[in-house]
Amino acid sequence: MGALSCEHVLNIQDLSNADIMLVLDTARSFKEVNERTIKKLPTLRGRTVVNLFLEPSTRTRTSFEIAAKRLSADGINMSPSTSATVKGESLVDTAQTLDAMDCDLVIIRHRYAGSPYVLTQNMRAHIINGGDGKHQHPTQALLDLFTIREKFGRFEGLEVGIVGDIAHSRVCGSLAPALTALGARVTVVAPPTLLPACPEALGADVSFELDPVLEKLDVVYMLRIQQERIEQSPLPTLREYARLYGIGTDRLARLKEEAIIMHPGPVNRGVELSSEAVDTARNLLLYQVNAGVAVRMALMYLLLGGDKDGLAA
Amino acid sequence: MALLLKNARCVDPSVGLDAVVDVLLRDGVIVELGCDLTVSKGETVDLVGKVLVPGLVDMHVHLREPGQEYKEDMQSGGRAAAKGGFTGVLAMPNTKPVVDTGARVSFLLEKAREVTRTRVYASGALSHGLGGEALSEMGDMIAAGALAFTDDGRGVQDDGMMRRAMDYAKMFKVPVLSHCQRESLVGAGVVNEGLVSTRLGLAGWPAAGEEVQIARDIALSELTGCALHIQHISTAGGVELLRRAKAAGLPVTAEVTPHHLFLSEDDLDETYNSNLKMNPPLRTKADCAALTAALIDGTIDCIATDHAPHAAHEKALEFELAPFGTTGLETALGLVLTHLVATGTLSWQTLVERMAHAARRILRIEPVRLQAGSIADLTVIDPEFNWMVTADGFVSKAKNSAFIGRELKGRASHVYVGGYASLDNGVVVV
Repeated sequence: MGALSCEHVLNIQDLSNADIMLVLDTARSFKEVNERTIKKLPTLRGRTVVNLFLEPSTRTRTSFEIAAKRLSADGINMSPSTSATVKGESLVDTAQTLDAMDCDLVIIRHRYAGSPYVLTQNMRAHIINGGDGKHQHPTQALLDLFTIREKFGRFEGLEVGIVGDIAHSRVCGSLAPALTALGARVTVVAPPTLLPACPEALGADVSFELDPVLEKLDVVYMLRIQQERIEQSPLPTLREYARLYGIGTDRLARLKEEAIIMHPGPVNRGVELSSEAVDTARNLLLYQVNAGVAVRMALMYLLLGGDKDGLAA
Repeated sequence: MALLLKNARCVDPSVGLDAVVDVLLRDGVIVELGCDLTVSKGETVDLVGKVLVPGLVDMHVHLREPGQEYKEDMQSGGRAAAKGGFTGVLAMPNTKPVVDTGARVSFLLEKAREVTRTRVYASGALSHGLGGEALSEMGDMIAAGALAFTDDGRGVQDDGMMRRAMDYAKMFKVPVLSHCQRESLVGAGVVNEGLVSTRLGLAGWPAAGEEVQIARDIALSELTGCALHIQHISTAGGVELLRRAKAAGLPVTAEVTPHHLFLSEDDLDETYNSNLKMNPPLRTKADCAALTAALIDGTIDCIATDHAPHAAHEKALEFELAPFGTTGLETALGLVLTHLVATGTLSWQTLVERMAHAARRILRIEPVRLQAGSIADLTVIDPEFNWMVTADGFVSKAKNSAFIGRELKGRASHVYVGGYASLDNGVVVV
């Protein structure tokens, strides 16, 4: 049984390829646990896990919360309304306060890039980045990698298209470099107004158009178009976006036979995906959510140094 | 009282001087230069091995008083200037309240005379309250002693307003100092737009956001005839615009900061060090090279620090929330000596021109020359002194230096303002 080479998971690059494989293998065991009637292990009994969610989140926070409970850890949730930040407390002070309470693991979600690093400098706990601004969201990348590997059994040679708001996507910020490191080929697909200044920094090819690359893709990874961004007018209308980049009946029919659709959720039905494209069997959106709990259990378990022998108990 | 400065290498290109001579000061004025001078009544300081130059002036400093004395005040900022080898600094008007009336200029200058030996020069706001919408009372401020007008920190966005402000400022024969940032292009940008903004997931501040405004202000300088000084120029494209404006004979000057010369966006990493958060941001290595070349060939007139002191708790925030800026007064000279003079890139003569003469010329301050009759504002440099920049080593109230940890060779050892020491053998006086 190996251990991770890192103490914290702030960026996907903190994990070596071997680390990633270890997380995915461990997650597979936990996924079996999650299919049982009694979905609980004593592994992290007595350990304190804090979900420090300073930005609204339902999906990720719930997933971490369930993961902690299934490992018998004592989980605490701090949301924007309950955290001291609304009273003007700085992140440094929040970190030092939590540290004084002897927490073992903190998952932080914050709208500012680099905030997980601030915690590592002010706490003894292990830190997991639950999404920092437009920077990274490594556990989302891990659950996506889990899903892709379960489906294809490999990464080497896979063609992955990530479609949508690349410029503001922390999901892409973690997933694209991870896939590249594991031997897949990534193409980011977006209009120039939704691309970052140097998409090459993500290790990806760039296409402004979806149609020329659609038929080669093994994985079509659709990002959510955040409606609030439309006000900053990177797009003329959602209608035009859907026509140029959305997956509907026609584009579904052109996908490779084995190709899958993925999405980090929540979906805007009728924008990036038509209802048909959400509900089709080749859309693994809910599989991703399911895998998310197992992957987060695996990461907590590996960071807090549980031993694998206890796992199957 | 007389003061005899003996055995220093005296460098002043404005009088064609580069030789070891003694300098005699009396009543705040240089009275004699020569070999083997003696003085019967008075003090003698042996400066063998040191370099004596006209006093350095930093024309871009935030002293934070009034209103933000927890960051810095005129006394601590004046001490930091002395420590760094400067005899004078130009205070920026973006204090709280803003320096936009004659009374506030008077307060600034009077208070400074009480609390520091360093000469504090005043700039006034170009627009009322730095709002960018209405003219400030420039005439009153000139009468109170202001030397320039600037909306440093924000920059006037409206083109018509900028034109009116430059038109109006022109009659006082003072320069308008321009902070060039087109807000509609820069938005919430916090780092240079490019590789690093992508890698770190931070909003980009594109070079074009600066260059568009430089081009506009050069065009307005041509239209109005008002002297324009580009503050903290940071891009190769901006340098080209400046070069063309100068070739066309326009009254345009520019400054560059040590952090834009000696740091690049490549210094930003996953630790999100907020001491490297600058406005304008640290650019690419290619920009640094273009800035250095322009400083050497004179396209860029002077070095100014944009000394921007902040409290520790402010810089300890998340990168996107932390305020922009680094301190600069105490590190500028050491950085230039280490990275440009010691390497042979910049001559001593050019150093004096860029750090002492140019700012006085741009601000129409009486020149200081190493000759009899000149005001005795002098800086003595120890080029052999090895030191490391540390947070504990600053006399400024603020510790937010982008250069902490850097090893430097050379610093100011003595500073004389009007013949009186503000720095004596590396120790700040008063």
